[in-house]
Amino acid sequence: MADTTAEIASDKPNPSGRRGPSNTRNAYDRRRRLRHIEEWLVVWSLRAAAGISIVTTIGIVIVLLRQSVGFFGEIPIWEFLGGTTWTPLFKPQNFGVLPLVGGTLLVAGIAGLVSLGLGLGAAIFLSEYAPERVRRVLKPVLEILAGIPTVVYGYFALTFVTPILQGIFPDVIIFNALSAGLVMGLMIMPMVSTLSEDAMVSVPRSLRNAAYALGSTRFEVATKVVVPAALSGIVASFILAISRAIGETMIVTIAAGHTPNLTWNPLLSVQAMTAFIVQVAQGETPQGSLEFKTIFAVGLLLFVMTLVMNIFGRWFVGRYRQVYE
Amino acid sequence: MKSIGQMAREQTRTPRRRPMTGRRWRDGVFYAVFIAAILVGIAGLLTLLIDTLIDAVPWLDWAFISTYASRKPEEAGILAPLAGTAWIMVMTGLFTIPVGVATAVFLEEFAGRNWYTRLIQLNISNLAGVPSIIYGLLGLSLFVYSLSMGRSVVAGALTLTLLVLPIVIIASQEAIRAVPSGYRDAALAIGATRWQVVKSVVLPEAVPSIMSGVILALSRAIGESAPILMISAIVFLTFVPTGPDDRFTVLPLQIYTWVAQPQAGFRGIAAAAIIVLLVMLLAMNALAIAIRLKYQRQSEE
Repeated sequence: MADTTAEIASDKPNPSGRRGPSNTRNAYDRRRRLRHIEEWLVVWSLRAAAGISIVTTIGIVIVLLRQSVGFFGEIPIWEFLGGTTWTPLFKPQNFGVLPLVGGTLLVAGIAGLVSLGLGLGAAIFLSEYAPERVRRVLKPVLEILAGIPTVVYGYFALTFVTPILQGIFPDVIIFNALSAGLVMGLMIMPMVSTLSEDAMVSVPRSLRNAAYALGSTRFEVATKVVVPAALSGIVASFILAISRAIGETMIVTIAAGHTPNLTWNPLLSVQAMTAFIVQVAQGETPQGSLEFKTIFAVGLLLFVMTLVMNIFGRWFVGRYRQVYE
Repeated sequence: MKSIGQMAREQTRTPRRRPMTGRRWRDGVFYAVFIAAILVGIAGLLTLLIDTLIDAVPWLDWAFISTYASRKPEEAGILAPLAGTAWIMVMTGLFTIPVGVATAVFLEEFAGRNWYTRLIQLNISNLAGVPSIIYGLLGLSLFVYSLSMGRSVVAGALTLTLLVLPIVIIASQEAIRAVPSGYRDAALAIGATRWQVVKSVVLPEAVPSIMSGVILALSRAIGESAPILMISAIVFLTFVPTGPDDRFTVLPLQIYTWVAQPQAGFRGIAAAAIIVLLVMLLAMNALAIAIRLKYQRQSEE
């Protein structure tokens, strides 16, 4: 019968009477040899496939670094990180990236507030108040929000939300950070609600029952028992959602505008880092030029920001999670 | 003198209403608040869908699906983006399925519990969180320029492959993990090699879940516009790709182009294209769920 690779490597005699790999030429031993070669080939192909994921990360880092190094050769890094004017495509050229970072953070901040409020509220409702039947129906409906392509949200922000905002605040121009932020908040709300709800559901029933036994209302159980117990998961979900908001491209490109603007006012037009990258890549900027390299410098900054947030979010869960067993 | 039993029966018989203290009132108020939170989310979703549908209906007809884009919104169609999306979906699937499933098989069946495996797993989780535009930068620099593929379908497919690979890997891993270990042990007991166990026992069991995961990953891929925007960079295409190194455009990219136009008619056809895209996504997701349900029921018999 077939023997495993381990058996071959061992010193047991195989049916042809010899130890180790057999060197006879009968059909049985031939087939066994081929099987071992096949096994070895297969394992190494699988190993190589798994390596592709590592190569991807290395590729991202190399590509971003290579072009950024070229960029920082001409523009000192403190001018890039500290300057407050961003006009790389116009004369006079300025390479201070803060307006882009400000635009990204302004939109992401609005989105974070919206998604935290709606998402946490929805999570509390689903885990503490809703009967099982309702929960089974509503959860997938919320997931649909996460599956809609971001261009559609951009369209919605520009054609529906902005006119409504213009009705409320008359001097809002068509591109503004608030519209993009609100819609983005809607988009990432399922992320906050699903992850928070998972965290809350894993808090043991016994804690809740103890609180109910002492006469607490559902609201008190939710806010004084469950949310503090699940806090690490909730915070982590929020961090991951903000990270997603920072990396989002289409909503800000369509709805937030193309004018870099360092401001706290959400009614103004701003440009996010991702929107700038899109603007340059779409245009006719020549490939090796300094202007083209700016997108890699901005991309590197974006990559580092999201990577740090993702790693911090995961670390936070590991460090602060209350384990109940 | 009443007995304990009598007193207890009296207590349960007479209905008691607890006083409406401030705490209970707060509970009621926040019940409303939390319901409102979830309802706002759902209302937002419905508003988005209905508003888009209203804008789209006047523009949806068969001519829309079969003509090319044009300067005039009345004559514009989505033939080129539909063809591009089909090409991209097929090619991305061709690249992603072998690599993703192979990686998952390696991680679940052949790799030991060592630092190398943990590194790969951590790396995959990180890659899943990288913004899609970074993949666009990678694809632009590596596939379009360094490897001289130009702004072609194959460059776009490779970029999207890298983007959705973590999703396929994670979904396949879960599918493989769900295969009962008893099956593996039985195969090993009759003398199969590890690869034979995978090939003839584990994979056939896991294939429905893997297919489901792949379809979901592909549905995510065709909705992604940022990386394609970087790679394709074309806004007005009047031909259908006939080979992997042709230029192309995809549906979300066309939507973006039309949304950015100021004339009123383009808003309508953008909405129509959105509806087509959403219908496609709905079909794909429904297919994935149907596959999963059908094989779940089969395996429970």
